[in-house]
Amino acid sequence: MSTQSYRLRVNGADHEVAEGWIGESLLDVLRDRLGLPGAKNACEEGECGSCSVLVDGVLSCACLVLAAAAIGTEITTVEGLGAEGALTDVQQAFIDAGAVQCGFCTPGLIVAIHDLLDQDASPERLVVEEALSGNLCRCTGYGRILEAVDLVAARRSAS
Amino acid sequence: MSNVVVPTTLDEALALLAADPQLSPLAGGTDFMVEVNHGARRPVRVLALRAVAELRGWRRDGDVLVIGAGCTYVSMADPAFAVAAPALAQAARTIGSPQIRNVGTIGGNLATASPAGDTLPVLMALGARVEVASTEGTRTLAVDELITGVKRTVLHPAELITSVRIPVARGPQEFCKIGTRNAMVISAAGIAVVLDREAHTVGCGLGSVTAAPVRATDAETFAAEAIDWSTLRAGAGTTERFGTLAADAATPIDDHRSTAAYRRHAIGVMARRALERCLS
Amino acid sequence: MTDVATHRRTGAPRVGESAPRPDGVAKVQGRFAFSSDLFAENLLWGQTIRSPHAHARIIDIDIREALSLPGVHAVLTADDVPGELHYGLEHQDQPVLAADVVRYFGEPVALVAADHPETARRAAAAVVVSYEPLTPLVDSALAAQADPIHPDGNVLRTLTIRHGDLDATAAVVVEGTYEVGMQDQAFMGPESGMALPSADGGVELFVSTQWLHADRRQVAGCLGLPEDMVRITLAGVGGAFGAREDLSLHVHLCLLSQHTGRPVKMVYRRPESFVGHVHRHPARMWYRHHADTDGTLVKVEARLLLDGGAYASSSLAVIANATCFAAGPYRVPHADIEGTVVRTNNPPCGAMRGFGAVQSCFAHEAQMDKLAAALALDPVELRRRNALATGDTLVTGQVITGAAPVAEVIDACASHPLPDLAAVDEQPMMHRPGGAGRTADAHHVRRATGFALGFKNLLFSEGFDDYSSAVCRLENGAVTITCACAEVGQGFVTLAQQIAREELGIDEIVLAPAETATVGSAGSTSASRQSWMSGGAVQAACRAVRGRVLQQVARRRGVALDGLVLRDGIIESLDGSVRVDLADAVDGPIEETAEYHHRPTQPLDENGQGDAHVSFAFAAHRAVVDVDPELGLVRVHDMTTAQDVGRVLNPLQAIGQIEGGTAQGVGLAVMEELIVEDGIIKNRSFTDYLIPTTLDMPTVRIAALIEEPEPDAPFGAKGIGEPPTISSTPAIVAALRAATGLELTRVPVRPQDIALPRS
Repeated sequence: MSTQSYRLRVNGADHEVAEGWIGESLLDVLRDRLGLPGAKNACEEGECGSCSVLVDGVLSCACLVLAAAAIGTEITTVEGLGAEGALTDVQQAFIDAGAVQCGFCTPGLIVAIHDLLDQDASPERLVVEEALSGNLCRCTGYGRILEAVDLVAARRSAS
Repeated sequence: MSNVVVPTTLDEALALLAADPQLSPLAGGTDFMVEVNHGARRPVRVLALRAVAELRGWRRDGDVLVIGAGCTYVSMADPAFAVAAPALAQAARTIGSPQIRNVGTIGGNLATASPAGDTLPVLMALGARVEVASTEGTRTLAVDELITGVKRTVLHPAELITSVRIPVARGPQEFCKIGTRNAMVISAAGIAVVLDREAHTVGCGLGSVTAAPVRATDAETFAAEAIDWSTLRAGAGTTERFGTLAADAATPIDDHRSTAAYRRHAIGVMARRALERCLS
Repeated sequence: MTDVATHRRTGAPRVGESAPRPDGVAKVQGRFAFSSDLFAENLLWGQTIRSPHAHARIIDIDIREALSLPGVHAVLTADDVPGELHYGLEHQDQPVLAADVVRYFGEPVALVAADHPETARRAAAAVVVSYEPLTPLVDSALAAQADPIHPDGNVLRTLTIRHGDLDATAAVVVEGTYEVGMQDQAFMGPESGMALPSADGGVELFVSTQWLHADRRQVAGCLGLPEDMVRITLAGVGGAFGAREDLSLHVHLCLLSQHTGRPVKMVYRRPESFVGHVHRHPARMWYRHHADTDGTLVKVEARLLLDGGAYASSSLAVIANATCFAAGPYRVPHADIEGTVVRTNNPPCGAMRGFGAVQSCFAHEAQMDKLAAALALDPVELRRRNALATGDTLVTGQVITGAAPVAEVIDACASHPLPDLAAVDEQPMMHRPGGAGRTADAHHVRRATGFALGFKNLLFSEGFDDYSSAVCRLENGAVTITCACAEVGQGFVTLAQQIAREELGIDEIVLAPAETATVGSAGSTSASRQSWMSGGAVQAACRAVRGRVLQQVARRRGVALDGLVLRDGIIESLDGSVRVDLADAVDGPIEETAEYHHRPTQPLDENGQGDAHVSFAFAAHRAVVDVDPELGLVRVHDMTTAQDVGRVLNPLQAIGQIEGGTAQGVGLAVMEELIVEDGIIKNRSFTDYLIPTTLDMPTVRIAALIEEPEPDAPFGAKGIGEPPTISSTPAIVAALRAATGLELTRVPVRPQDIALPRS
C-alpha cells in the first residue's frame, strides 16, 4: 500500500500522521488516527453530512477530503468548536430544543449550523433548510433541529 | 518522492503529471474520494490541485466567461456569476449538498463525465469550449468532443482540464432537473435551454438521458425559427413542439433511478416549460 | 442530622416534564461513544465476504491467498463456527456463515481480520469463492408452490382470521389491490462493534443493538459458550427503527476475536449496511369491504402476502400484526382475512417501526376512502361512524378493555385549522414539487388534502412474556439505576431518570451502562414497549427501595409504616414527629431488583381468535400535498396529526418521536424504496436510497396528544414511537389521489405512477 507521513493542523494543534495509506480520507484519519471521532461515518460519499468539518473555514465532508492532501489547511471539527468543555450556543440550543435523539447526525449538524450562522446571523427558514439540506437526520424529522437554529438566532440577537 | 503532491502553479502540476503516469489528479474530491472510499479506486500517487492558483475562480473576458477548472459550484451560484451565466448558476445550485457545492468543481464535473453531471447540459447548450493542457501544449475541445461515453473522456493521462469558456448570456436561460427529492439528489433527467437574442439561436442540452452529452439540435433549429426575436414571443404550439423535439433527442435507459419512458416524458415537459419561461 | 433544606430537590424535571437527555451534552460535543467510535490497543479490523448472488451453491472457498497477505490475522468460514451453525430471533434458520448454499444477495460467507481496514478489504477481495448460480426465487406469489429454497420450507406462516358470518355482505362493496415496496430503516450509524477476548476464555462484545439478552442467547449458542461467558454491553446506537433487532456482525466479531485472541472491530460501510440488516416487508394486498348505505362496516375480506426474504427473522410476528390489524381501527362484525409471509431469495425482511401495521394500514385506509366515495360520504365522517372505542370487539375477538379514544383522535386531527389551500403561488420554488430542480411554476401545482387513521399493538403479543428488569440502588443518598434497555435515541435514558426522581424524590439519578452481566433482560427496544415495560421495571425497583427505606425508618423511629410518606426526597410522618432526608435515613446501601411483566396474552386459535394483545395505540394524520401532475413530482406541504398517548411523560421527546415517525412515513409515501431486481438491491447508498431532507419535510403540526390514561400502564402512558409512522403514509397518498384522480395503489408513489399512469 502506498503510504505517506504528513502533518495536519486540527483544532489549532499539529498532529503527525505516520505512514498513513494515502487513500485514507480526512474522516478516517480524524477518527482512527487522531482520536477525534466527533465527525461521523454514515455514508462516506458526501450524501449525509454526518462528517461535516471546516477546512480553511469551508464546510466540507471529511469523507471527501484526501487527508494527505489537506496539509497546510486549518481543520476544525466539532471537538474544536467550544472553549475547553464549554457548550457553544448552538450545542446548548440543541439540548434545549430537543434536537438530539440518537445523536449520530448531531455533530455534523452542529458544525453546519455554526457555519451558517457565522455567515447569516438571522437566516430565513428557507435559507436554513437549504443550508442544512446536506445533513440527513433519520430520527427527528428536522422539526426540533430547525427550532434549535431559530433559538440560537433569537438568543444571539437578544444578547 | 512524496506520494501526495500539492503544487501551486499549473506548470509545476503539468510537469509532475508528465513525469509520472501513476499520478492521479485530484480536484474537489467529491467523485474521486467516493471511489476510493468504496474500494473502486486505489490511488498510488496523487496530484492535489487545490492550491493551483491558475485554476481557481472565474473572470469575464469581453463577451466570454472564462471559468477556471477549479471553480467550485458555490462560486458559480454567486449572484455576479448568475448574471453572466444564469443557467449554469441554476445548475450549480442543484448539485449535491452545500458541502459538495463548497468543494466540487466544474473541471471535476467534466472529467468525471457522468451522464448525470449537472453542468454538462448547460455547457452543451452554451457551446462551451474546454481548454486542456499538458507540457506538450494546450488544445480546446467542445464538451461532446471531450466526453465520449459514460465516464469516458479523450483526456490523456498527462493532460489536465484548465478552463471552460462560455459566452456571456445574451438572452434568457433556464436549467431544470428531475429528482424525487427536493434537494441533494442525482438528476434522473435534466435540461438546459439558452436563448441568444443577438445571434437568434437556441441552445438545448440534455442530461441523464444519453450516454454522452448531446444537444437537441432539431428542437434548437425549430425554436430558433419559430421565435420572433424582436419580441421574444412565439406562436401557439411552439413550446409544445419544442418539447416533443427535445424528447425525441433523448435515448434514455431504465435503471434504479427512473424509467426510460418517464425520462423521455420529463425531458419533453421540462423543455416546454423552460422555453415558456424564457419567452415569458 | 443534616438540615433537610440543603437536600431539597432543586427542580430536576420529573414525569410529565421536558427533562433534558442525560447523554445530550456528550452527543452535541461529539464525545458520545457510538459503536463505531470504539478503540482498543492491539486492535484488528474485521471484514465480511458476502455473496454476490441471490441464490447459489458454494463449490469452494479458497482462503490461501488472503491468509498469505501481510497484516492478515484470520480468514474464517463456516467450518470455524464452534457452536450452533444457525441463529434467528424466533426461528433458528439463518447461517452464521453460509456453508453450502447462499440464499440472498449479500449473505455472509467468510470473515477476515487484519491490522488495517484497507488491508482487511483487500484480503476480503482475495478470498476466492466459487459459486454455482441457482435460479433465484424472487416472486413472493410463486413461493408457496416453488421448490423449497430452505429445508424449513417456503411458507413461513399463514394466519387466518375468521370472525362472525363469513357469508355476510352489504349494500355497498368496494374492492382493491395494493402494494407496498421494500423500505429500509436507514439509521445513520452503521452496524459496528468491537469484541475482546476475556481472561476466562469468554468474550466481551460492545455493539449497537436493540435487545442485549436476545443477542447473548444467540451469540453464546453460536460460539458454543455458556451465556455467562458472553458479556454484551450496549455501545452508542446511531438509530435502530427495527433494523438492529436481528444479529448482524455480532457473532462474526466474536469469532474473529476468539480466533485471534485480539480485540476486533468492524464497521459496515453504507453499501454493506443495506445488505447487513433486515428491511420492511414488501406486501401485496387484496381487499373487499362491505358496508351498509349509512356507511356502517359489515365485513372486511383481505388476503395479504408479505415477502419475508431468505430467512425468518421476525416475519412470524410481522404477519400476525399485518393480519390482526388488517381491518383498521374500526368496528367490523364480520371478517375473513388471511395473511401469509413467504420465504424467497430476496433480502431478508423483519422489524421496522410500525411492524406489519404499516403495510395493512396503507391498504385499509385506501379502501375506506374508496368506500366513502362509493357512499358519497365524507371520508372523515365514514371513519368516525366506524371508529373503535373501549368495549368494542376486534376482528380477533378481543374486547378492547383499555383506552381507545379513536373518535377524539379523529376529531382533533380533522378539526385542526387547515393551511391556505390556495397559497401555492406564494411558495418559493424550492418548496414546490421538484424543489431545487426548478421544474414547477405555481400554475403547474395542485394542492389537496387526505386523511388517514391507523393503530397497532403495544408490547409483544400472542402469549409472549417480554418482561423487563431493573435494579435500583440507593447509596449515600445517590440513586443508580441499572437496566439493559437499549437506548437507541428514543430517550429511555431520560425517562428512567424522570421515573426514579418521581418515585424517590432525588434529583441525581445515575444510569449504569446497559449490559448483560449486571441485570436481567429488558426485552427489545421495539413494539413501542420500553416506556411501559422498562419504565415499569424502573418504577417497581424504585418503589421497592422506597418501601425498604420506609420500613427502616419506621422501625428505627418507632412509628407506624403507614404513617410515613416520602415526598421530594424527604421522609415525613403524618404526625410531624419524623422528618428526615432520604440520604440520611438509612445505613448502608439498599438495592432492589424488579422484574416487570405485562398481563399475559394468549396465542391466536385456528380462526385467528384470542386475546393476543396487551394494548393498542391510535393516530390520525391529515396531509396537505402539492403535486405537479404532469411531472409526477410531489412535495408534502403540511402534516397534521393527533395521537392517543395515554399520558405524556416528556413533552419534548413526545414531539420528537411524532415528528421523526411522521418523516419516515413521508419517506415511504413518496421516495423510499430499495429497488430489488432478481434479488439484487440496486440502490445500496444514500445517493440512491433517498430519505427526506430538510427541504422535503413540512412542519409537523400536532393537533392534540389525547391523554386518556391506559389503566394497566405505568403512569397511564402508552408507547408513542410507532403510530406516527403508520397513518402518515396513507394520508399522503389519499391527498395525492385527491389531487390527481388516480388510484395510486402502490407506495412509494413514483413520479411515473402519476405522470404516466398507464405505462
